[in-house]
Amino acid sequence: MSFEWPWQYNFPPFFTLQPNADTRQKQLEAWCSLALSYCRHHKLYTLDVMEAQESPMFNNKKIERKLSMETIQIVFEELRKKGNLEWLDKNKLRCLVMWRRPEEWGKLIYQWVSKNGMVNSVFTLYELSNGDDTQEEEFHGLEEWMLLRSLQALQTDGRAEIISMDDGKGVKFF
Amino acid sequence: MDRFSWTNGLLEINETLVIQQRGVRLYDGDDKAKMDVGVALLSTHRLIWRDNKNHECCIAMPLSQILFFEEQAGGIGKSAKIVIHLHPTPPNKEPGPYQQSKYSYIKLSFKEHGQIEFYRRLTEEMTKKRWENMPVSQPIPTGTGLQAGRTRAVGIVGIERKIEEKRKETDKNISEAFEDLSKLMVKAKEMVELSKSIANKIKDKQGDITEDETIRFKSYLLSMGIADPVTRETHGSGTHYHMQLAKQLGDMLQAPLELLSPEDLVNACKMFESLKLPLRLRVFDSGVMVVQLQSHSEEEMIASALDNVSDKGSLTAEEFAKLLGLSVLLSKERLLLAEKMGHLCRDDSVEGLRFYPNLF
Repeated sequence: MSFEWPWQYNFPPFFTLQPNADTRQKQLEAWCSLALSYCRHHKLYTLDVMEAQESPMFNNKKIERKLSMETIQIVFEELRKKGNLEWLDKNKLRCLVMWRRPEEWGKLIYQWVSKNGMVNSVFTLYELSNGDDTQEEEFHGLEEWMLLRSLQALQTDGRAEIISMDDGKGVKFF
Repeated sequence: MDRFSWTNGLLEINETLVIQQRGVRLYDGDDKAKMDVGVALLSTHRLIWRDNKNHECCIAMPLSQILFFEEQAGGIGKSAKIVIHLHPTPPNKEPGPYQQSKYSYIKLSFKEHGQIEFYRRLTEEMTKKRWENMPVSQPIPTGTGLQAGRTRAVGIVGIERKIEEKRKETDKNISEAFEDLSKLMVKAKEMVELSKSIANKIKDKQGDITEDETIRFKSYLLSMGIADPVTRETHGSGTHYHMQLAKQLGDMLQAPLELLSPEDLVNACKMFESLKLPLRLRVFDSGVMVVQLQSHSEEEMIASALDNVSDKGSLTAEEFAKLLGLSVLLSKERLLLAEKMGHLCRDDSVEGLRFYPNLF
C-alpha cells in the first residue's frame, strides 16, 4: 500500500515556516504527524538529517518545494519534546524516530504474548522481532534497540524480565 | 595702536555691523601688537577688534580716525595685510590697551584670508561715511547705571538684526530648494496628460498608441524608478470612494499656502477625528502612514483581501496591487495584516513571496 500524503503536503505554504504563531503551531503539528506516519509506513527507526532533507518526506518535487534545514530542525525539536525522537549525536545529524513510544510497543507485544497463551515462556529477542510466528505482527522487524526499550518498559511495569543468555538477550513474560 | 579704546563690543543705536573676519592679528606700526589673533569687526561707525579666547578683551576706534589705508600683499610665510594710517589721537579719547605709540599706523594681518572683502567693505564705509549721518552717543565705559541699560537694549537690536538677516538667508535657501520641486511638478503634469491620452485611447480603442508615446511614457516611469510600467488608468473614471476622498482632501488643502510640508499634512490628518471628519490617519506597524475613510474598517479590508486571494488561489503583493489599483506598498501592508489576523498564510520560495488563504 503506497503512502497517503496529507493534504498539506501539496499546499506550498506548508513548506514555509509561518510567522503567525497560531498558524505555525498547526503547521508544525501537521509536520510532526507526517514525519511519524512516513517513518511508520517505511519502518524507519533512525533518520539521517541530511538524507531526510532530500527524501520525499521533506521534499515535494511535484510542487518544487522543500523544507529548509532550519525548519526541519524545528520539527525535530517538536518531536523530541513529545518523546518521539532522540538524538544520537551532539551535532544533531542522526536521530532515533519513535513513531511508537516504547510503552506502546511493550503493550502490543504483551497483548500478542497473552493472546497466544505464552505467558511464562521465554523468548529470545530475535524470535520476537524476526520469528515466523510474529510475521503478521506490527512489531515484526522492530530494531533491537527499540525492542529492548519496549521490554524495559514492560519490565518496569513488572510484566516481563530481561535475561541474559549465551548468545544474546531474552525475555520472560509474566 | 594708541588710537584704540576699550569697549564692551556692543553696537550702538544706528550702528550696524558690516563685516567681520576671524584670524586677524594687529600690528602697532611694523611691530606685532601684544594681543593674540582675534576677530576684526567693521561697523558703520567703528573698527573693532576682539580677542578669540578672551572676549572681554575688546577694543575699538572710530572710523573717523582713519586717514587712509592700503593693501599689502602677502607672500610666502606672510599673510596679506591692510595698513591703516591714522589721524592724531583726539584729546578726549577713552583709555585703551596702549597709552602711547611711536607709530601713527596699524596693520591688520589676515591669517585666515578675507582681506579682499574686508578691504572692499572698509573702502565702502569710508566713502559713505555713514557715521556722520547717524550720530551715536559717546562710547561709554562698561557698567555705568542708566546708560548701560540703554546700550544693552541696543545690543539686542543688533542681535535681532542678525537674526532677521539669517532668516532671510534661510528663506532664500528654501525657495531655491523648492524650485526643483516646482520643476518636478511640471514634469508630473506632463506625465499625467500623457497617461490620460493613452488611457483614453485604450478605452475608446481609438487607433494604436504611437511608439513615441509609449517610449515617452516608459522613460518617464523609468526616471521615477518604476521599471515595469502598468498602463492602467486608476483615477480617470474614479470610483465614488475616490471622489469623496478627493473632495475632502481638496477642502483641506485649500490652505493659504502654496506648499504644504509633509509634517504639516500629517499633523492636520491627526486632527480628523477631533474635527469629526470622515477620514482617519492610519499608521501601520512598519511606520507607513495612510489616509483612509473612517468606514473602511480593518475587517472590511481583511475580508476583501481574503476574497481576492481565495478567488485567484494565491496572490503576490504585486498581483494584488494590480488587481485593486493600489500601490504595491499598500497592498503588501494589507496582505500582511490579513496574515497577522490568521486569514492568510505565506509561501516563500525562490519564486517570490505569495499569499494563500490560511487552510491550516
